[in-house]
Amino acid sequence: MRLMSYLLSAALVICMAVPSMAANSVTVKGSTTVLPIMQRAVEAFIAETGTPVAVSGGGSSNGIKALLDGSTDIAMASRKMKGKEIKLAESRKLTPVEHIIALDAVIPIVNPSNPIDNLTSAQLKAIYEGKINNWKEVGGKDSKIVVISRDTSSGTYETWHKIIMKKARVFPGALLQASSGAVLQAVAKNPNAIAYDGIGYINDTVKSVTVDGVMGTAKTAKDKSYPIARTLQIYTSSAPTTAANELVEFILSPKGQDIVEQAGFIRR
Amino acid sequence: MHLHKQGHTMRISRQQKELAIHGSFFAVASTSILVLTLIMVFLILEGLPIFNEVSVPDFIFGQYWYPTDDPPDFGILPMIAGSMAVTALSSCIAIPLGLMTAIYLAELASPRMRSIIKPLVEMLQALPSVVIGFFGMVVVAPLLQEWFGLATGLNLFNASVMLAFMAVPTITSIAEDAIFSVPEELRAASLALGATKWQTISKVVLPAALTGISTAVILGMARSIGETMVVLMVAGGAAMIPSSIFDPVRPMPASIAAEMAEAPFQSEHYYALFATGMVLFLFTLMFNVLAAYIAEKKKQTGTATL
Repeated sequence: MRLMSYLLSAALVICMAVPSMAANSVTVKGSTTVLPIMQRAVEAFIAETGTPVAVSGGGSSNGIKALLDGSTDIAMASRKMKGKEIKLAESRKLTPVEHIIALDAVIPIVNPSNPIDNLTSAQLKAIYEGKINNWKEVGGKDSKIVVISRDTSSGTYETWHKIIMKKARVFPGALLQASSGAVLQAVAKNPNAIAYDGIGYINDTVKSVTVDGVMGTAKTAKDKSYPIARTLQIYTSSAPTTAANELVEFILSPKGQDIVEQAGFIRR
Repeated sequence: MHLHKQGHTMRISRQQKELAIHGSFFAVASTSILVLTLIMVFLILEGLPIFNEVSVPDFIFGQYWYPTDDPPDFGILPMIAGSMAVTALSSCIAIPLGLMTAIYLAELASPRMRSIIKPLVEMLQALPSVVIGFFGMVVVAPLLQEWFGLATGLNLFNASVMLAFMAVPTITSIAEDAIFSVPEELRAASLALGATKWQTISKVVLPAALTGISTAVILGMARSIGETMVVLMVAGGAAMIPSSIFDPVRPMPASIAAEMAEAPFQSEHYYALFATGMVLFLFTLMFNVLAAYIAEKKKQTGTATL
């Protein structure tokens, strides 16, 4: 194991050392929810400027930790910095700067033939915990609810898990689909199914359900009336390198925001 | 080295040539062993660290798989059960189908029929698994829902039928070769003693070809247990122990494929997925060793051994 980690870290060091030798390069690390936006944005950014950028995941906490350690230029986070992290930053005399780059809204969806139009957050939680398992309990027809969820490492799952489930467990009988596309496919083909998907993926093969009476749209996500929404942000140090600054500017520009939309999220 | 070059450029002795050829073939043959060894070492090195977090029995017999929760649960029993269930059910479908096709092709079909059907069956093998998976998801699942009034068509049964599609060609083609290579004298002798065609097949030909047939069955099953794309797409993915053949399941390969891409590098989750891979590898290894053992132990050499 030790030998292996030496080899891997050696490889990593080489990988990181090579681009950093090229005067200005950027490293980005953090949330896997923000990752798809960042990857697309970086592709376009490299094509435009030629500045090398290294992007990796690892989760919001790891990204922020790396920023405070100085081992990354930009941290991606699907949540705001926590009190503990802000204190740690203060103790190191650092003042990370927050840039909101997008909004993420997750919408519950059902088959178009399902008469259900609205569910409350509490009902959604009970359905995903397996406590409600028949549509008639929430005002629908008498048939079993087929609960469809995403694999536990996806960002969509993370949002759902945090906001709707309040970190309770999705019951083991939930069907698991590995991609947003597969979720749509499964719901479109099953009249008893319920699932959730990022707002950008939803099309008219499925029916969106309002949550607590509010339809999830770009507008309701922005004014915070829709509950299953959150901001996605990136953090830089208070004095970022020119290259890092350029990348941030790029993502906030109209071109970068188009990429945000293409990745299935809402413009900031 | 350069001495050798200067002195012997004119003529390389035959012995040296032999040696060089021998050596190069040995090197080529060892490459695959080397690669296999390296993969195994990697698998074990990346899988073992999880056992600092959970004990081996808790990992293998744990009922709950919540790798990203805090605190996480790493129990793969539902996945092992899922893998075994799809393999068993798909074998129940694929073995009779495969063997009967093999018997028909080898013993009953006219040469013309055989020359048409055999390539067709083998062509099934050429179908990419993602195509079979897509078929199961888009065509078979809604049909199952409609016919049986099921809550979901993405389940154990659907996955098993799709896997059986993939195992049948393997079973048929190996079993057919085994049956076909049973010496003609045996059939002739049996028929000459007054046995009917069916008696000849069931009492003489099949026992004689048993080794090859067993190999065919085991390799077919190994194919089912290791198949990833189909189970990822149509098995439903619920990490629970199935109680009916229409329950959704989550076999080990599906779990690995779905989660590996987004599991943080060298996190507990990542190690747990590699450890799942180790368990899966042990299963397929067992099948292969069994196949090799049967093939070796019951080897038929000529007609005399019967």
